[in-house]
Amino acid sequence: MTEIMLITALVLFGVAGALTLVRIVIGPSLPDRIIALDMIGVILVSVVAVISVLLNTKAFLEVILILAILAFISTIAFSRYMERGVVIERNRHK
Amino acid sequence: MYKSNDLILRTTTSIIVFILLGFSIYLLLAGHNSPGGGFIGGLITASAIMLLYISYGSETIEKILPINYRLLVPIGLLLALGTGIGSFFFSVPFLSHTYGYFHIPFFGELELATAMLFDTGVYITVLGVTLTIILSISKDQ
Repeated sequence: MTEIMLITALVLFGVAGALTLVRIVIGPSLPDRIIALDMIGVILVSVVAVISVLLNTKAFLEVILILAILAFISTIAFSRYMERGVVIERNRHK
Repeated sequence: MYKSNDLILRTTTSIIVFILLGFSIYLLLAGHNSPGGGFIGGLITASAIMLLYISYGSETIEKILPINYRLLVPIGLLLALGTGIGSFFFSVPFLSHTYGYFHIPFFGELELATAMLFDTGVYITVLGVTLTIILSISKDQ
């Protein structure tokens, strides 16, 4: 019973990922695509959590934290690039 | 140029960076018995310092962390090579590693392995290489 529920959750996450992929492909502007990429990161975190419950292992728990961190940093870098034109500024108070 | 106002980014960064640094040290120490190790620990530390560079600007961080990251590469490589050469003093083949059980106050019985020193060398090298690459391609004019 629990296995059926987890597999259903994986299928629903797959549908959500496919819809997000559609937004990445047809997204009219750059911020739409960046938000969709961030959402794919969150969906991947959930998928890894469900799979680690399904496989009954604790070996993937580091992957969850690392994926969340990398999605956060890449979103910050993309939005900093859109806002200022550079990712790492030389001096903030110019 | 207008004055930057990114209070939310700076506050979030100063919380998250400490979580990242602690997590990277955990990954470095846990690499013997669970997923992790020197490589991914170095990458997570590099991403923490990268996050500091993104949110505070390079001049401020170079004042806070005055580290020449090019220098970390030979230090890490020498540490990894030194653990290999150290096995010659005990007349065993190159890169032979050993371990032992030690009683350390406050921590109790610990299993310490010399593979940890090799992993620390990998950690320092990965940190130096990653930050050298990122910082040398990201300097604006």
